Amino acid sequence: MNRARKLFGAVALTTALALTAACGASGDGSGSTDATNVKLRMAVWTSNQDQLKLFDTIAAAYRAQHPEISSITFESLPFDDYNTTLTTQIAGGNAPDLAWMGDLSRDLIASDALVGLTDKLKATDGWQYDDLEASATKEFSRDGTLYAYPFSTSPFALYVNTDLLAKAKQKIDPKTLTWDQVAAAGAAAHATTGKAGFVVRDFDYKSWNTLATVWTGFGAAAWSADGKKCTFTSPEMQQAFTFLHDAAFKTKAMPGPGTTADFFAGDAAFTVAQVSRASLLTDKFKYALYPLPTGPAGKYSVIGQAGVGVLTASKHKTQATDFLAYMTNPANSAKLAQFFPPPRKSLLTGAKLAADSKVLTAAQLQEAVVDQLPNAVTLPNHTSPAEIAQKGKTALDAMWKADADIPAVLKSVCSAIEPILAK
Amino acid sequence: MAALMKTPATTPDASRVPTGARSASAPPFWTSRRRDVLAGYLFIAPQLAGVVLFVLIPVGLAIWYSLSDWNVFTGEQTFVGADNYAALADDPQLPSVLWATAVFCVGVVILNIGLGLLLAVLLNRRFRGATFFRTLFFSPVVVSVVAWTLVWGFLLQDNGGVNGLLGTVGITGPNWLQHGDTAMVSVIITQVIRSVGVNMVLFLAALQGVPSNLYEAARIDGAGSRVMFTRITLPLISPTVLLTSIITIVGALQSFAQIAVLTSGGPELSTTVLVYYVFQQAFEFNHIGYGSTLALMLLSFVMLLTLLQWQLRRKWVFHEQ
Repeated sequence: MNRARKLFGAVALTTALALTAACGASGDGSGSTDATNVKLRMAVWTSNQDQLKLFDTIAAAYRAQHPEISSITFESLPFDDYNTTLTTQIAGGNAPDLAWMGDLSRDLIASDALVGLTDKLKATDGWQYDDLEASATKEFSRDGTLYAYPFSTSPFALYVNTDLLAKAKQKIDPKTLTWDQVAAAGAAAHATTGKAGFVVRDFDYKSWNTLATVWTGFGAAAWSADGKKCTFTSPEMQQAFTFLHDAAFKTKAMPGPGTTADFFAGDAAFTVAQVSRASLLTDKFKYALYPLPTGPAGKYSVIGQAGVGVLTASKHKTQATDFLAYMTNPANSAKLAQFFPPPRKSLLTGAKLAADSKVLTAAQLQEAVVDQLPNAVTLPNHTSPAEIAQKGKTALDAMWKADADIPAVLKSVCSAIEPILAK
Repeated sequence: MAALMKTPATTPDASRVPTGARSASAPPFWTSRRRDVLAGYLFIAPQLAGVVLFVLIPVGLAIWYSLSDWNVFTGEQTFVGADNYAALADDPQLPSVLWATAVFCVGVVILNIGLGLLLAVLLNRRFRGATFFRTLFFSPVVVSVVAWTLVWGFLLQDNGGVNGLLGTVGITGPNWLQHGDTAMVSVIITQVIRSVGVNMVLFLAALQGVPSNLYEAARIDGAGSRVMFTRITLPLISPTVLLTSIITIVGALQSFAQIAVLTSGGPELSTTVLVYYVFQQAFEFNHIGYGSTLALMLLSFVMLLTLLQWQLRRKWVFHEQ
C-alpha cells in the first residue's frame, strides 16, 4: 500500500511539474506586445533560394529594428502537400505564425483562423492601403476586412512557340486571336510537327479548376456568385466543354489524357499559364506572350492568386501581424515584385515589372499583366476546396473519353459538388 | 533443497534472535522468480512501449476521434456519438471504394503468391545464372516505392514506354491509367512486380527445407512431378503459404503510395482503395472524425481476415494438423 502511495505521489508530482513547465513554455499565448525572445515562423511553398534569400534579408532588417524578435524562419513545405501539411500542423497544435495560402484561404477565413489585417495595415505609417488593386484583395476579404495580403497576383496568359508555328506554316494575329483560331493552329501544328497543339498547364486531366482559363471566355462559371449553386449544366459550360472535348479527341489540338507535353521544353505550340511562369522560358525557341484569346463571350482575364496571412493559432499574433505589415510595405513590395506580380497599383506598370524580368518586355507585361488586372476573375475558389476538386474530378473523368455524353457528365458534376456547395 | 533452506529458522538458537533482526531472516523480496519476471518484462519493454505508443494510443485516439466532429482550423471538437458510423451507410462513394479494395487485394494476393511460388520453384534448381535471376527478381523490393511508382507512371502514359514497346510488335496499347479496368490492372501489376521478390525468397527458403528423400521415395513409387508438387511440396511449404498470404493481404490492404502516385484513386473511383480513401477524408477533406471511422473499419477488416486465416490454418497447414 505504501509503495502504491509513493508511486502515485511520484506520478502526480511528475505530471504537475510537466504541466507547469508546459504552461510556462507557452509564452504570450494572448499575442501581447511586451514579449521577448519571440520566434516567428512562416510557412511557404517556395524552395527557390533567391526568393528565400530575399525573405531572410527583409526579416533581418525587421529584426534589427525589433530586438524582441529573436528569429524569423521561413519553412518551405512541398507545394503538392502544402494544404495537407499546413492543416495537419494547425490540427496538431504546431501552427506557424504566418502562412502562404492559395485555395485554402476560404476555409481559413470562414473558420476565423486568420487575423484581420485591415486595421493594422491602415494604421501603419506609409503602408498606403488604398494602393491595393481592388480585384486583387477581393478573394482574401470578408465583410470589408482583409485577411491575407495578396502577395502574388499573376494573370494567366497565352504563351506561343513561334518557331513551332512557323514550322507548321501557321500565322496568328494576336489582336484578334480567338480560341477557335488557337485550336485550328494547334491542330495544324500537331499534324505537321507531331508536337502538341495547346496545353492548359497543370490541368493534366485532373486539376479541372485550371480550365476556368478557357470556360470564362465562353461566359461560363463553375458556380453562382454566392457559391451556393452549381452552374456546370449551363449552355455556356456545355459549349466550353464541347470545345475542349473536340480539341482532345477530334481535332487533336490538345494532347489527350495520359499524354504529357511541356511547352517550356518546346513540346507544344501554345500553353495557358500564369505570367509568373515566364521564368521557365529559355532560349531553346522563339516565343511570344499574349493575353488569353477571345472566347464567344468576348475578352476576359483570369488571375491565380496567393496570399499571406497571420494565423489566429499563432502564439505571437501581434508580432506576426507587425512583421507582415513590414514585409509588405511599399518598399518591400517593390523588392518582392521581382518574383511575384504585386497587388499595388503604384508598382503595376509594364516598365516597372520589366525592370525585374529577364525574359519579358515592358510592352508584353503591360498587355498581359497590368491591363488584365482591373477586370480579372480568379480561378474558382470555395470552402472545402479539396473535396470539391476531388468529387468534381471523379465526375469529370467520364468526360475524357471519345464517346462521352457531355451534358450528362456535366450534370453528374453538379450532383457531386452541389451538396458541398450547399454546406 | 527447500528443506535445507528452511533449516536455519528451525534451529533452537533462532528464538534468541532479537525482534528487530527477525525481518532480516524473512525471505528476500527479489526472489529468483521475481527476478525472472522482471527480466522478462524488461526484455519486452521496448517492444511493448512501441506497441503502446504507436498502436494502442493511436487506436484509442482514433476511436475517440470517430465519435467526434473536429474542425481542424479552430481545434473545436464536438462529440457526435455514432453519427460518423451512421454516415458510413449514407456515403455514396463507399461501395465503389470497397469494391476497388476487394479487386485490388484479390488481384495482388493471387498474383503475388502465385508468381512468387512459380519463381521460387523455377529458381530452386542449380543452373548457371540462378543467383543472378534471384537477385534480379528481388531487387525491386529494395527500391523506394515512390521512385518505383513514378517511373511506372511515365512508362504507362499513353505515349510511354510500355505502349512504345507494344508498338514495335504491332500492338496498339491502351491508355493504361485513364480507363478504370486498365488502371486497376496497372496498379496491381506494378505492386506485384515490386513486392513479389519477398514471397519468392520466403518460398525458396521453404522449398529448400523439404527433405529430398521424400522426392526419392515418391519417384521410386512412380510419382510424376505434378503429383510430387501437390502431395509433397505444397503440404510441406503450407506454413510459408500461410505466412505469405497473411503478409500479402495485410500489405495489399495498406497499399497507399502506389495509388497516390500512379492514379490518385482515379479514373473516377476505380482505384480508390480504402486506405487511400481514409487519407482523402482525414487529411485532404479534413473530415478527421469520418476518416477515423473508416480507419477503424479498415483495421477491423485486417483483423478479421488475419483471424480467419489463422483459424483456417488447421484445415490446410501441414504442421498444424
